[in-house]
Amino acid sequence: MPIEVLMPALSPTMEKGNLAKWIKKEGERVKAGDVIAEIETDKATMEVEAVEEGTLGKILVPEGTEDVAVNTPIAMILAEGEDAAALKSNGKSAHAPAQSQPAEQQKAAESAPPAAQESAAKTARVPAAPKPAEAAPPEPQVQPEPEVPAGTEMVTMTVREALRDAMAEEMRRDDRVFIMGEEVGEYQGAYKVTQGLLQEFGPKRVVDTPITEHGFAGLGVGAAMAGLRPIVEFMTWNFAMQAIDHIINSAAKTLYMSGGQMQCPIVFRGPNGPAARVAAQHSQDYSAWYSHIPGLKVIAPYTAADAKGLLKAAIRDPNPIVFLENEILYGHSFPVPKLDDYVLPIGKARIARPGKDVTLVAWSMGMTYALKAAEELAKEDIDAEVIDLRTLRPMDTETIIASVKKTGRAVTVEEGWQQSGVGAEIAARIMERAFDWLDAPVLRVSGKDVPMPYAANLEKLALPSVAEVIEAVKAVCYR
Amino acid sequence: MSRVSNQAARVLGMLRTMHVIREFEEAAGRAWHAGHVRGSVHQYVGQEAIAVGVCANLRPTDYISSNHRGHGHSIAKGADPVGMMKELFGRADGTCGGKGGSMHIADFSIGMLGANGVVADGATIAVGAAQAIKILRQDRVAVTFFGDGAINRGPLMESFNWAKIYNLPVLFVCEHNGYAATTRTADVTAGEGFVARARSFGIDGESVDGNDLLAVDAAAERLIARIRAGGGPAYLFATTYRHHPHNTRDTGNYRTQDEIDRWKQKDPIARTTAWLLSQGVAQEEITSIENEARALIERAFEAALVAPLPSPSAAYTDVQDVGAPQ
Repeated sequence: MPIEVLMPALSPTMEKGNLAKWIKKEGERVKAGDVIAEIETDKATMEVEAVEEGTLGKILVPEGTEDVAVNTPIAMILAEGEDAAALKSNGKSAHAPAQSQPAEQQKAAESAPPAAQESAAKTARVPAAPKPAEAAPPEPQVQPEPEVPAGTEMVTMTVREALRDAMAEEMRRDDRVFIMGEEVGEYQGAYKVTQGLLQEFGPKRVVDTPITEHGFAGLGVGAAMAGLRPIVEFMTWNFAMQAIDHIINSAAKTLYMSGGQMQCPIVFRGPNGPAARVAAQHSQDYSAWYSHIPGLKVIAPYTAADAKGLLKAAIRDPNPIVFLENEILYGHSFPVPKLDDYVLPIGKARIARPGKDVTLVAWSMGMTYALKAAEELAKEDIDAEVIDLRTLRPMDTETIIASVKKTGRAVTVEEGWQQSGVGAEIAARIMERAFDWLDAPVLRVSGKDVPMPYAANLEKLALPSVAEVIEAVKAVCYR
Repeated sequence: MSRVSNQAARVLGMLRTMHVIREFEEAAGRAWHAGHVRGSVHQYVGQEAIAVGVCANLRPTDYISSNHRGHGHSIAKGADPVGMMKELFGRADGTCGGKGGSMHIADFSIGMLGANGVVADGATIAVGAAQAIKILRQDRVAVTFFGDGAINRGPLMESFNWAKIYNLPVLFVCEHNGYAATTRTADVTAGEGFVARARSFGIDGESVDGNDLLAVDAAAERLIARIRAGGGPAYLFATTYRHHPHNTRDTGNYRTQDEIDRWKQKDPIARTTAWLLSQGVAQEEITSIENEARALIERAFEAALVAPLPSPSAAYTDVQDVGAPQ
């Protein structure tokens, strides 16, 4: 369905304005964020940005038109596969696309229990706590979040640049650190994350490999055992399926199998998660896969600051680390504190948005859905708290539980599949540790239970959406 | 066509397929740049003689497996370019219903076991198919196409070993275009390369100029005949060059213009055309073949543009075979 572009408001009180100029012409391709037109009032001018990728199908209000009422459709954007014939001449037929919901999602919403059960749960007897194991594993020691001194300059940078800076800083600090992977050197990285590293550190420390994921993952493990600090870049985590044997059987188990004699300090990193239109083999989320494995630490940052601070921590950590980046987030910009040595604690979640009505738990790309949904929900008077997990293993259960005890409701958001997913694990922990505080079952918003389809409309359907997050929140809030 | 040799007639047929592949690839590139096709498209332009020369010696019942640069192999094996173009556009009636896309095109009806987005994984699949051929005592062969980027991959070595120890009917076709994605393969390859690797497993074969259609055809004919006769696995090492960058996203700035120009002088279509002219085939005949190929792909492009998108319910089908157990 074509998407309407509406006349925006420059201020809450603005009722109408002039359409000064069309920057894009009919038939031109636009990306989300492209400036397509300029509008003005007697007080100010403003640029209108496209909200979706597509083709500017029809201009409904010509430039130079004065007194255009706010929310009047001014143009139509055609999604891929649509042509201008899809547009009725008056543009009235086109509304925002109806969100088509898979059956499971609807059922999940319908199956939310009536509020009457709430009191029963509250008064139910508390089950006996599970008997503690003879020797419980030690709780991971989490370092405190570093103080960012007041007045610290914030630099806006992309996640891509933040990752590069983290590696460069650690390579300057410790000459045992080196990076290897396909195209990391001469080509400057398949996604340009290693830009400039070859020039600064030379080919001995920035090593182009042949296409041998299984081979070079194992080689990295050997180098780590022999005293180096390798960073192994996978062009994408999809190709690390070949190397998962070494990541799990070699890296994750070395310390345990050697009775604590031998460490394996290594960082496996690269882009993870669904990318755009590359279909089933190149578009999937490995969060759950790796966070299942004892012996690994698994990090999946969302912001550039977290990407930098956590990658530096990962490179210094004595354990094997799986560092899950996101291809789509590489180009997103965030403020990063300008500090000489910005290192963040592994295993500590961040409250990205405080709230009181419901807890949203997400990480990496899932944060984009969670934050947008929280914004929309605020308009309907639902105040969502958004937790960015940042580290998946060890998971910061404390922060989640404390939030749920405050809100009584939780929704998890992930791009991966539901079965045995990270959301399932979070729901289980909440159930185990905050059952009596829950006012509704925990719901999970996730990627659909299918391999990633290629076709544009099916891909969109297979991914989680802001609308699904909103729907899940309303279900747990009985709204 | 009048009074040309049987061989010239055969080569003219192969030239037709080469033109279809080239037109398809150029159209796919245009479609990507226009935004109709997304993901990445790996064009086969410049390498057509290998797919066509090898597949001309295969039967419909023979198997092939392919890689990320697989459109040419599919077309040479007999896949419908219109269905393939629709697949690239993500349409309901594409070869895979719009759910596979460029790197996952498969057509079981013609023995095309699939393009593959993971380097060298097609080799293991072809060897598995060859194992089945042997167990089922069928009169078939399996061929796997891969690039020189695959020669450092473990799965290929595992495939060599398995194919040899079981004496399987499989032809390993290495399309040596000089680059493993964007990295010069020679810079990251130890030893004497592909041929030595295959030989170290006791597999021999032939090395040819992959831009010489007649040479590829003749070598494939000999090797496939030997495999059909029970001679076990063989390799065909074909040196070639891709005219375009690694894929539509790649700028290709790691290659010099001089290098590209030198290779374009050795273009397989131009060389085949020159040979046919020397054999007395009329220029008009060759021009009309080229025009037919262009018209076919233009029709495919137009058909793909207006073909329906998959229905939303298609997202949930084919996850599992829900038929009766066999």
